[in-house]
Amino acid sequence: MGFTSPTLDYALLAPILVVLAGAIIGVLIEAFAPRASRASSQLFITLASLVTALTFLIRNHSKSSVSAAMSSVTIDGAGVLLQGSILIIAIISIFLLADQENFTALAAALPGSDEERVSLAQDLKVTEVYPLTLFAVAGMLLFPVSTDLITLFVALEMLSLPLYLLAGLSRRRRLMSQESALKYFLLGAFSSAFFLFGIAYLYGYSASVTFVGLHDAVVGGSGNDIFLLLGIAFLSIGLLFKVGAVPFHAWAPDVYQGAPTAVTAFMAAATKVAAFGAMLRIFYVSFAEDFLHWRPALTLVALITMVFGSLVAIAQRDVKRMLAYSSIAHAGFLLSGVIALSKSGLDASIFYLFAYGVATVGAFAVVTLVRDSAGEVTDLNRWSGLGKRSPLVATAFAGFLLAFAGIPLTSGFIGKFSIFSAAYESGSVSLLIVGVLSSAIAAFFYIRVIVLMFFKDAADDGTSVVIPSIYTQITIVTSFAITFVLGIYPTPLINFIANTATFLR
Amino acid sequence: MTTLTIMGLLPLMGALAIAVAPKSNELLTKQIALATTIIVAVAGILTTIKFDFADTSLQFVESHEWIPAFGIKYALGVDGIALVLILLSVLLAPVVVLAGWNESEGGRWGAKTFYILLLILETMMIGVFASTDVFLFYVFFEAMLIPVYFLIGGYGTGERAAAAVKFLLYSLFGGLLMLASIIGLYVIQGQNGSPTFDINELSKLSQVMSPTTQNLLFLGFFIAFAIKAPVWPLHTWLPDAAQSATPGTSVLLLGVLDKVGTFGMIRYCLTLFPDASKTFTPMIIVFAVISILYGAFLAIGARDIKRLIAYTSISHFGFITMGIFAMTTQAQSGATLYMFNHGFSTAALFLVAGWMIARRKSSTIADFGGLQRVTPFMAWTFFIAGMSSLALPGLSSFVSEFLVLVGTFTRYPVAAVIATFGIVLAALYILIPVQRALHGPTTPGNENLSDLNLREKIAIAPVIAVIVVLGFYPSPLLKIINPAAANVVTQQGFNDPAPTSIEDK
Repeated sequence: MGFTSPTLDYALLAPILVVLAGAIIGVLIEAFAPRASRASSQLFITLASLVTALTFLIRNHSKSSVSAAMSSVTIDGAGVLLQGSILIIAIISIFLLADQENFTALAAALPGSDEERVSLAQDLKVTEVYPLTLFAVAGMLLFPVSTDLITLFVALEMLSLPLYLLAGLSRRRRLMSQESALKYFLLGAFSSAFFLFGIAYLYGYSASVTFVGLHDAVVGGSGNDIFLLLGIAFLSIGLLFKVGAVPFHAWAPDVYQGAPTAVTAFMAAATKVAAFGAMLRIFYVSFAEDFLHWRPALTLVALITMVFGSLVAIAQRDVKRMLAYSSIAHAGFLLSGVIALSKSGLDASIFYLFAYGVATVGAFAVVTLVRDSAGEVTDLNRWSGLGKRSPLVATAFAGFLLAFAGIPLTSGFIGKFSIFSAAYESGSVSLLIVGVLSSAIAAFFYIRVIVLMFFKDAADDGTSVVIPSIYTQITIVTSFAITFVLGIYPTPLINFIANTATFLR
Repeated sequence: MTTLTIMGLLPLMGALAIAVAPKSNELLTKQIALATTIIVAVAGILTTIKFDFADTSLQFVESHEWIPAFGIKYALGVDGIALVLILLSVLLAPVVVLAGWNESEGGRWGAKTFYILLLILETMMIGVFASTDVFLFYVFFEAMLIPVYFLIGGYGTGERAAAAVKFLLYSLFGGLLMLASIIGLYVIQGQNGSPTFDINELSKLSQVMSPTTQNLLFLGFFIAFAIKAPVWPLHTWLPDAAQSATPGTSVLLLGVLDKVGTFGMIRYCLTLFPDASKTFTPMIIVFAVISILYGAFLAIGARDIKRLIAYTSISHFGFITMGIFAMTTQAQSGATLYMFNHGFSTAALFLVAGWMIARRKSSTIADFGGLQRVTPFMAWTFFIAGMSSLALPGLSSFVSEFLVLVGTFTRYPVAAVIATFGIVLAALYILIPVQRALHGPTTPGNENLSDLNLREKIAIAPVIAVIVVLGFYPSPLLKIINPAAANVVTQQGFNDPAPTSIEDK
């Protein structure tokens, strides 16, 4: 058996490679550069590699190929759009990482130990967050363009492992942060195992690991359907875990709450894009013809996810947990796009993912600003009167919440409209009705936060809004602007998506 | 840009001017607001003069692509009904600004925010009546909730935050049901032609929709409008909102915003779903009659003067809804004229009540008494407003109430007869508070109340003038309304049972 050397289209793979190169340079800087110069050089390298990757991506946007890396990677319109969304979200949220107040001084030090005190006193910085983030971004870039199951799995691990680490790096409430990281890791490992199990079944079904091979087997219909269904089910568990759909959502609230808020922002937004991107691809490319089997199950998951996320969010007293449940509800809305299985469903999902991701980064960026002497204040009751103390910050947060609620003139409304109409177009009345009703439930808790901020008097408990650093300001202003511009005049983006978004098979 | 766009942009420009004006100079803020609203009112009057009475088609139309991917247009245009409601909005706005000169005091935020919100609201009021694109209408319909929410919650009295939330949640719930219907329309239109939200195009869909679909979509729209209008049993938010809001906000809320509900019934429910409208008409007439009587009974029992006015409005909205669904030209014209007249008589009642409350520092009817002697001018204006509310012949509301009853009687005699009892009850709910508050011995604490000052007299004078003039000579308005109303009725496939002239031909 001979070995053919792989042919790679470096131009098309450039965005991923550039990010990986940036990550490796970052590791070298950690190893060799003097401590004092690390923070600034890391930020520079990270930003430079992300921006370079985006430039390559823009140059690539009209090209497409099913064999960018043999049959393992397909670069097509939808893939480029998803990669672009991930890069833009990463660029916006990288500024939050630059605000090192959020991170522990020395990740290896035990909470409460002398070592920790010394490291705090020395004002050490965990600059390794930058290369870790870049590794995660590279994995996310690969995830939605992978077209064979092995690459898909590698990408999944590549994006997950750095995130597990990042989640444990919080400066305050370190035990909780580490607990959440461990929880995320264990549950993530479980779901990866399911994912792998699914891959095995699918291979057994189709004797192929490529998406095209799967598709051909599904169309051919000669395989054993039980294997196909088990394969789809287990693979979906892995993907549904990543997007935080019920009943695989249990990690989300704890991790959102425990992780450093800057990490939560990045993770909540970018992981969702990557995971939904991969999910859209495999369901649209490989399983589309078998929709009679999986659609009812996935519809059920979507319905439960919408209702559960919206209902449980009402009971939350912690702003990060509330946003976590809201993201669960949004995962349900986004699943409608997968279920729609149509061009308009794909367009709507991509728009929704981008709009939601940007608003999420902005919302968490605001969360990093509300602090007292012991760090961030995430207890919602202590957010009361925020509108009086710092009207601009409160207005920004209210804007993001209105976008989540899908009020017209925000990006969220256009997203909601397009995804629900795609779902209804595909014949799913239940998704439309339940989606609209759970939006009404969700509106309730978003509005409650606005009431707290604007209509309640502030308790005098030392909660204050810190003056945002220039980095955080960039994040908030950019995401606010994108959220409202996309709400008022989304036409260019919608047209661009409509003209570019296709999956090549 | 044509007339309607310019008219809609003027308040926004005023809001912008206020935003850049110095914060310390409150007087300047108010002057800008007053000047802006007066300019808009003049523009509104000029537009009315330019309006071609004989033409039943939409006028001042303009249309620009907004989101072509979904067939969404920025399309404006008015028929007689929409024009009259726009006129109502722009005429009431300066009155509200002048009458509530000090209303922004006691708010959570300063005068600047108050007037910015008010002017943004005015833009949206014009937009909501002028849109001829269903999507655009929905955007205004939902977005206008936000300024009202902050006006009630930020500047009201008593349980203002709770009332604002109740208002917003009710409206959002209805709005989301309507969104589901709009998505339904969009998808069905997409299956039967190119996607569009043009109201004329969508009205052709009724021929291809199945009765069930039409009924469901109709309900989505109707419930949203019935909440807004409000029709029993969806009215419970209104008394709280009216009680908590400032008098000026209440005038806009009951005088104009609630008319969006009744306007929507004509423009959207009847036009888009003629068959479903017929199916539901008997039920709606019953609800309307219940509203008339129920509102009247609650008004008789009300102790709070603001709640009293809110309850009377529920009764009046019953008349309007009945008139709309009676499907005769008289009733239809009467309903539209009623919307206009109710706007002015409610404005008069609320403004005078607001002045009484501000002077007496109480809104309980029992605290007043003998005002006729202490503050004769204020008492007389309240008296005239009250008489207009109970539809005394010679005042404007009489004409419209009479038209509605006559028009309804030809088709639904029983409903019309029962509704007539509403007039008897109206006499009670107006005359009892008039007697208690204005006549009789002066209640202790009232001796030193001051009468209306010059500003207040100037503000109320045009309102009273409109009430009296339209009472004697309603034909200019009817000339605008009649063709449009007849058009609506004939479009439904109805002929007027026994045509009687309602104009002074």
